[in-house]
Order: sequence, then structure tokens, then C-alpha cells
Amino acid sequence: MSDKLVMSTGNKAMAAAVKMVKPTVVAAYPITPQTEVIEAIAEYVDGGEMTARYIPVESEHSAMTACIGASITGVRVFTATSSHGLLYMHEMLHWAAGARLPIVMGQINRTLAPGWNIWAEHSDALSQRDTGWLQVYVSTVQEAYDATIMAFRIAEDNRVLLPVMINMDGFLLSHIMQPFEMTEPGDFVPQISLPHKIDVNDPKGYGAMSPSDIHFTFRHDMEKAMRASRTVIAETEAAFAKRFGRSYAPIEEYLCDDADVVIVAMGTLGKEAEVAADLLRKEGVKAGVMRIRWLRPFPVDMKIEGKDLVVIDRDYSFGFGGVVAGEIQARYPQAKIASVIAGLGGQEVTYEDMANFVRTRKVGTEFWFGIPSEEQ
Amino acid sequence: MTEIPKEEMLLKCPSTCAGCGSLLALRYILKAAGKDTVLVIPACCNSVIQGVYPYMLHTVPVYNIAFAAAAACASGMSEAFRAVGKKTNVIVYAGDGGTADIGIQALSGALERGEDFLYICYDNEAYGNTGMQRSGATPLGAITTTTPNGKTVNKKDLDRIIEAHNLPYQATACASYPADIYNKVKKALSIPGPKFIHILAPCPPGWRTPSEKTVEIGKMAVKSGIWVLWEKEYDKFTISAPSRAAMKKPSPVVDYLKAQGRFRKVDDATAAKIQAQVDKNLKKIAAEAAYSEENA
Repeated sequence: MSDKLVMSTGNKAMAAAVKMVKPTVVAAYPITPQTEVIEAIAEYVDGGEMTARYIPVESEHSAMTACIGASITGVRVFTATSSHGLLYMHEMLHWAAGARLPIVMGQINRTLAPGWNIWAEHSDALSQRDTGWLQVYVSTVQEAYDATIMAFRIAEDNRVLLPVMINMDGFLLSHIMQPFEMTEPGDFVPQISLPHKIDVNDPKGYGAMSPSDIHFTFRHDMEKAMRASRTVIAETEAAFAKRFGRSYAPIEEYLCDDADVVIVAMGTLGKEAEVAADLLRKEGVKAGVMRIRWLRPFPVDMKIEGKDLVVIDRDYSFGFGGVVAGEIQARYPQAKIASVIAGLGGQEVTYEDMANFVRTRKVGTEFWFGIPSEEQ
Repeated sequence: MTEIPKEEMLLKCPSTCAGCGSLLALRYILKAAGKDTVLVIPACCNSVIQGVYPYMLHTVPVYNIAFAAAAACASGMSEAFRAVGKKTNVIVYAGDGGTADIGIQALSGALERGEDFLYICYDNEAYGNTGMQRSGATPLGAITTTTPNGKTVNKKDLDRIIEAHNLPYQATACASYPADIYNKVKKALSIPGPKFIHILAPCPPGWRTPSEKTVEIGKMAVKSGIWVLWEKEYDKFTISAPSRAAMKKPSPVVDYLKAQGRFRKVDDATAAKIQAQVDKNLKKIAAEAAYSEENA
């Protein structure tokens, strides 16, 4: 496999990855900032570079439903959305996961109205946290490409058979250009083989009324698959590293081994935080970064013993707190967390700001970046 | 004479209400469609009728999907089957609420895109599965649990909405005329692209009629002209035989209304209004058939 170094936006890199894994059906509805993904795919299909059936549906609800209808026949499917589009799919996200369909979706993170705002925020995806989808958050164009390829292999693994959502910060990554290696995956993503695909010679009912005890078992099976996906993700990322030389982990750690304080964030903020850690190190502060990539399944082995955590949430659960901070605290009750809410609605957060969050941190409190302290 | 296969595609003892019109229709739909068929069913009476997991009434695969989603699900399924070279029939079987109300956006989108599947709406003129609340397809004057004094507005003209999409095949049918259903489904499935059949399905508990009267009530609807059987193949509009006969001398609509408990609060003025609407519609349909014949 020869890698080609190309310049691309995050959106176009994701579309290129989708082309490489050859889905049979793509159903999509346009929404900013996702549009470039589905425009690129439409161009591939129209231009004969891709043989997929492209279904230009009339809504996101139908986009996810068309993916469900196609997926149950046993073929590979893809869609992409953002923000309100994701929310409009909400009902069908449950349906896709509950039906154990390995649908892969590009999800370009954007805040929610009102007021209208098209910029980055993770509230859209985090409000879909409990739908049974795997969620990965990427931070570079390269990672958007690589994660998209790996997502198909993970979703379609018979130990998983759950849908995967690849999250990418709107504009901050979807629309910025970076060089990346356009690796041809070859047979890295094996041919799909859905065990419960529709077969007219073996007719079955799908999604029929299920008695409580059986329904309970179905739900437990989903959780077992979520747990199994940790192994499949690890295997897939290891196999990817071995074959293509780029390695990823559920939590990307930067200078964490000897760190006294660690910035925890997802997506582009998590990458930018590495620069903040470098700056702090020059000041003699032993700082590190943990960038959470896979939020579902949630990481079970965060090495946080003896460290302060500055968790930056580009999201908020009203009446509760930052979602990621809350998740970490729930999973690791001993965690010493200074919660920072920053970047909502595309608010600019620089590495210098992040270094300041570390310098002024107060463990056990919540700080809203940009709001005067007397109003907090 | 239509030769309808003896083989049953539905197993015995379905959990329908006695005298269910929608199941009667489905029996003949599946006989016409055959084994290489997948049914897509949104939330409706038929998602209950099919039975409780792991049991099943049908001898073809059935895919249950959310209420608003049937046509989009069938779109994805049909595109996937065609992409891998399968001719499998994809048939949506949806109630009037899932079609005329909550599902209409997905249906309109699929028809506009020209998706290759057959959408069948069985119309029992209310939300039957949840206990007979009014839908957009409930007729003027009908009592439902959410129109306890009778519906004060007209039935949505679903067929005209569908027709505006210019699909290659569209028809109406009634559960009381199985041969007509069989022939129409056969024809629809022989045509590529989107197809739509709207079947009136009398509902004994909802319409407040005796269980054994389903076929009779459906025939009264056709004979009075309140329900007209026709088909439209591309631009060729034809009135089907039972309605052609009925339209020579339609029976009074009031007989149809009086036979059903759901219309018991219809007063004389409303009955006259309904009759006037039927008369007007029959004229329109006759003119359309005549125009189609002249321009054939």
C-alpha cells in the first residue's frame, strides 16, 4: 500500500475514507458543517469513482431510517450529519443500535439553537450519549480519515454489531486544511457479514413486539457488545498501527507519566492542550494531557492517581455540570477535578487560555471561561 | 376469472380483532406478492397483529420500523436489494395515520425520488392500534375517542396528494374485493418505481359494526360511491369494475352511515353535506375517466 500525502479538510478526508471502504448505500441530508462530506461523496458517485447507491433523502430522520433499511439487508452503509440533524435522527439512532446494525456516521459537532449558531460544540453528540452508539472524537484531519476506516471494521465486527459515530469539531476541523496520508486500506476492513440479515428463504420478524424478559435480554446484549467493543477497538487500533504505522488509543496521553496536573478534553481542544502542556512545562509545571477519543464505550483505565484533572467540557448538562467531568467523576470517585466549561458555540479557546485554566485551577469547582468570576 | 393461489402466506390464529379488514386485505396482498417479498411495517395495528417475539404470523420477513419511517426504510431496503442485484419485492403495509399524518414526509420524499417499492395504506380511518383516535383520514361526522361528538372536518384527500407525485402506478381498493386487490398488487409489482395502493379496511370495533359485517360494510362504501375503486397506470385512469357498476346508480350514503355506530351523531344536515361531497367526487372521477379514455 502506498500512502499519498495530500492536503484536505477534515470533511473531505472523511469522505475519502468512506470511498475507500466501498459502502453499498449512502443516505444523507445536508446540514452545516457536514455538507462537504456528502457533497464529496455525491461527486464520487456521480463521477463513477464510487459505486454506492446515494439516496438524497428529504430529512435526517429518513437518512438514518434509509440506512437502517439498507443495513438490515446485509450491506455496508454510511451517513453523515451535524447538530439539529443528529437530534432529528434521535428516534432512529435508538432504532439502529437496538436493531444491532453496524451503521457508520460522520458527526460534525455543532451547537444547538436557539440562537442560531453553526460553530463547534459537543452538546449535539453528548445528548445522544445513551442511544447505544459508539462515539469516537477525532482531533486532526489524519485522524478523521483513519478513524473513519477503523469505524467500519469495529462496527461490523460480529462481537460488536453496534453503530459508530465519528465526531469531528465543526469548522475547527471539518473545514481546515491539513496534510494527511491517504492510505489505501486494502483488505483492512473485511467484507461485511451480518448474521441477522434479511433472508426471504428464512423469513423472520425484525423488531416485533418483545415480552419484557426478552426485551431485557436484548438490552443486556447491547451492553455486552459495548464491553466487547473495548477489545475490538484495541485490536483494530493495534492492527492499524502495525499495518499503517499510525497508532491510536482510547485515551491519547501526552506527557502524563510524571504529570501533577492533566488537562482532559476531547476533539481539537485535546490536541491544542498539548501546546498548553509544553508551555506549562517550560514554567516548571508538570502538566500533561489526556485526550479522550472513545467516549462510548467509556474508558475504564484512566491513570489519574495522584494527579489534578482540569477537565474542559465543550458541552454542558444544565442543572448538573460538564458532561465529561461528570462522567469521569462518576467512574472515578477519587478523581480531583477542576471543571472548566469552555468553547460553547465555537468560543475561541487558545492554548494560553488552557494554560491559565491549569494555573488558576480550583479542584472541586466549576469555572465558566469568559464569564466574570463574580457571576459564576 | 382471476386464479388466486390457494397457498396461504399468513399462518393461522392471528391476534386481530374479529372481522379485521386490514388482515383480510393482507392475505390477498401476500398471495399476489409471493415469497420473494419483505414487508415493512411502521407502528400500526399490523405491528401487533404479526404476533409477539419469537412467534410470527407471516411467512415472509417483516421489518418493523418507527411510525414516521416506513417509506424511508423501504427506500434504503429497496436500494440495497437492487444494488446487489436482488429483485425482492419491498412492500410497506401501513395504516392511515402512519401514511396520511406522521409518515407523509418520508412517503412524499420516497415518491419524489422514484424509489422502487410498493406502498400500501390500509385505511381504517382512525388510529386503530391505540384505540381509535381521529387521524387525518377520519371522515366527517365519525365518532372517535378524540372526536367524541363526531369529526367536524373532512377526510384528508390522500390520493390526490399522492397523485401529485406523478408515480407510475396508483390505485384504490377495498378489503371486501379480494380479487381486485390481488390483481392490483400483481400489476403494481410488475412496474418499476414507486407504487401506491390505498385500501379501505373496515374495522368492526372502530366503526362500531358487527364483526361478521366487514365485507358487507366495505361493499356498502363502494356501492354508495363514498369509496371509489380505480387505478392509474402512468396517465391511464380507469374506474374498476365494482365501482363502474355502482356509479350507474349509487346507493344513498345515508345507508352506509346508518350501518355504523361511529356515525350515530351525524345529523341530517351533515348527512346531506356528505352526500353532496360524494356526488361531486363521483362526477369528478367520471370526468377524469372519460378524459383519460378520450386521450388514450
